[in-house]
Amino acid sequence: MNLGNGKGSTSSSPLKTGDAVSDQFPAGLRVLVVDDDPTCLMILERMLRACLYEVTKCKRAEVALSLLRENKNGFDIVLSDVHMPDMDGFKLLEHIGLEMDLPVIMMSADDGKSVVMKGVTHGACDYLIKPVRIEALKNIWQHVIRKRKNGLKDVEQSGSVEEGDRLLKGCDDGDYSSSVNENKTSKKRRDEEEEGDERDDSSTLKKPRVVWSVELHQQFMAAVNQLGIDKAVPKKILELMNVPGLTRENVASHLQKYRLYLRRLSGVSQQQGNLNNSFISSQDATFGATSITGIDLQTLSVAGQLPAQSLAKLQAAGLGRTTAKAGVSMPLSDQQNLFSFENPRLRFAERSLHHLSNSKPINLLHGIPTNMEPKQLINLHQSTQTLGNLNMRVNAPAAQNNPLLMQMAQSQPRAQMRSENADSHVTRFPSSLVQPIVPNDISNGVLGNGITGTSNITTAYNTVSQNSSLLSFPMNQTNEMSVSSFPRRSTPSLTSIPTKGMFHEEGTSDIKGPGGFVPSYDMFNELHHQKSHDWDLTNTGITYDSSQHANPLQGNIDVSPSVLVHQGFPSMQQSVRTRDTTSIGKAMFSTGEGIQGNLQNVGQHLNNPVDNSVRVKAERFPDPSSQINNLFSDQYGHEDLVTAFLKQQEGVGPSDNELDFDGYSLDNIPV
Amino acid sequence: MQNMEVDQMQRQYLDYIKSLFLEGFLDGQFLQLQQLQDENNPDFVVEVVSLFFEDSERLLNDLTFALDQKGIDFKKVDAHVHQLKGSSSSIGAQRVKNCCIAFRNFCEEQNIDECLSCLQQVKQEYCHVKNKLETLIRLEQQIVAAGGSIPTMEFSF
Repeated sequence: MNLGNGKGSTSSSPLKTGDAVSDQFPAGLRVLVVDDDPTCLMILERMLRACLYEVTKCKRAEVALSLLRENKNGFDIVLSDVHMPDMDGFKLLEHIGLEMDLPVIMMSADDGKSVVMKGVTHGACDYLIKPVRIEALKNIWQHVIRKRKNGLKDVEQSGSVEEGDRLLKGCDDGDYSSSVNENKTSKKRRDEEEEGDERDDSSTLKKPRVVWSVELHQQFMAAVNQLGIDKAVPKKILELMNVPGLTRENVASHLQKYRLYLRRLSGVSQQQGNLNNSFISSQDATFGATSITGIDLQTLSVAGQLPAQSLAKLQAAGLGRTTAKAGVSMPLSDQQNLFSFENPRLRFAERSLHHLSNSKPINLLHGIPTNMEPKQLINLHQSTQTLGNLNMRVNAPAAQNNPLLMQMAQSQPRAQMRSENADSHVTRFPSSLVQPIVPNDISNGVLGNGITGTSNITTAYNTVSQNSSLLSFPMNQTNEMSVSSFPRRSTPSLTSIPTKGMFHEEGTSDIKGPGGFVPSYDMFNELHHQKSHDWDLTNTGITYDSSQHANPLQGNIDVSPSVLVHQGFPSMQQSVRTRDTTSIGKAMFSTGEGIQGNLQNVGQHLNNPVDNSVRVKAERFPDPSSQINNLFSDQYGHEDLVTAFLKQQEGVGPSDNELDFDGYSLDNIPV
Repeated sequence: MQNMEVDQMQRQYLDYIKSLFLEGFLDGQFLQLQQLQDENNPDFVVEVVSLFFEDSERLLNDLTFALDQKGIDFKKVDAHVHQLKGSSSSIGAQRVKNCCIAFRNFCEEQNIDECLSCLQQVKQEYCHVKNKLETLIRLEQQIVAAGGSIPTMEFSF
């Protein structure tokens, strides 16, 4: 029987490219088989050859390891027996995983559950029971593909800058698509293609392939942490790593991949965390996000990318809770971190604003599992909205004036600021606002800038922004939580996000922004659904309150959010312009328990300068959407809102943040 | 004449190999080995079977030695049995494999008597299958020598 034919003419290659490699794949797969039983070894070798693989057999694990070490890129997959005299198969498995990160398939005549489980826990790709049939071997190439695919996602790199770029491009495209899987697939394909090229094209494209082993990656992470996510440029990372033979290009592509990975994590976590649901439905949502966030955080923190501290602080500040949850070290400055947070939020805000302006009265509760009480929802929404709004505006102006915002603003805020106009006011506020609360700081700073942009409105804006930031803070945090890692790490990535364009283009209309920006942030997409709603609410609130001063605000805030939440949202939105916003704003406020502190601060500030002029200025904001304008014009009402919020906050207990975000919690969103 | 001989030999071969399956000496894994044999690997079955014989005899010797000790190292015994189980299953020597399974259970129980009994049993089964396989190979070689080809068995129970 000729087993070769089937293999040779494999047309179902996973590679979609038309290059030679894909046509032949999986033929030529380089397999290393390790088994101390000569009979089995011989049979396996014969079978693998029949599958058209390139087989190397080995009787001893030690020999196998040295073979692998000498020839790091010489094999695609390893098959190993479990019971071997010189070394336990699982130990070999561990070594291979750590040093070469190749897929390993375990084999044994032992089919006991515990042994198979051991294979799983040690990271084996598969476990074959002896006697192994050739059919089982025909499909082992899938593990190679899968690993590459995941590896691409995980930071595995293929070595060359071009490859990395190509991959990244593919990834980028994929990332922004709706389906994470699609992304992976496209990336995988590209990766495969490139891998194949690298492997099979020995002449032209061949480049010394850098295998990012665990150790190497840890060095990379250490360097990045040391430098700080914002300053982590390939050249410096390379210097810090001090690995002979490593080029700047290697580091650059690895860094790119890493960022994509982080982004993906946030996106995935979002999806996994079911942010929408979690947000609204229950703490769990938050927790879900939290857990994911936590994971991301941990991942990030490990990487040193996560400004855990900042996150923690934000959480603590925003929610009035301790930063216990953060659990992530903050290598970078808090501000920076905060900004990273802000950025995502900003984007979000922009989006929401965008929604606001563009969409008709929407049921803000869309996409939000109505598990949550309307109140909570409203809070969420509002916070989100507020934040979104604030972020948008804040960024722009803040960026310039507020050093804090520097990070966040990166490109976009600056643009906005300039367009909107940088005012000295901004600086003023940020400083004051910033101090008391971390999150506030950011928001303040941000807001301040934004506000200053609007000249007189500065105050108002600051206030507003503060409010929004405060308010939205929980929201943002929530969102962030789910995506937690995202903001942190996204600082640099954010810059790269197309949103930049948004700011600039949008010019004044930050709100427009949302629609266009952050395509890459999956999480934001998710959040958007909710947030947009929230924003709407928030905006309405803001606009609304402008007309009212602090006191009224307070009174307004007292209104239970439930009023807002209910399907009256759409109507509320409309009425926002009118006056209903207040209530909405209140809803927002109620959300952020943790914001209490912030609010207080904000309130104070708000109270000061608020005046009708603010309103006027608000309108100056280049919001395309009238809503937005209203919002801002009503910023002055924000003061009231803030006050009201503060009051409400005070009223609100110190969070029951059941939502267990690391410090972030929409406190008022009890589940 | 030759053809008749070849046919006869082939029929004889088929009958023989079928009986081995029916009696449980061999199982489907052996067929896999046969399928791996082709014009590029004409002696594959013979090579593998020979290897199996070598390996098994060594293991059986080790087992005898291990169980002969004052202080029996059952872990070691188990390791040997495990390997024998693996190789016999790879070859398709079903009865030997089944013996090994029972043998391992007794090793776990550290039942010396039963282990010794199992050792005897596995040795016997090994001898049986060795004889059978040797006969089978001989038949194959005769057919090939007579210019015929080794027929593939078709189960038609």
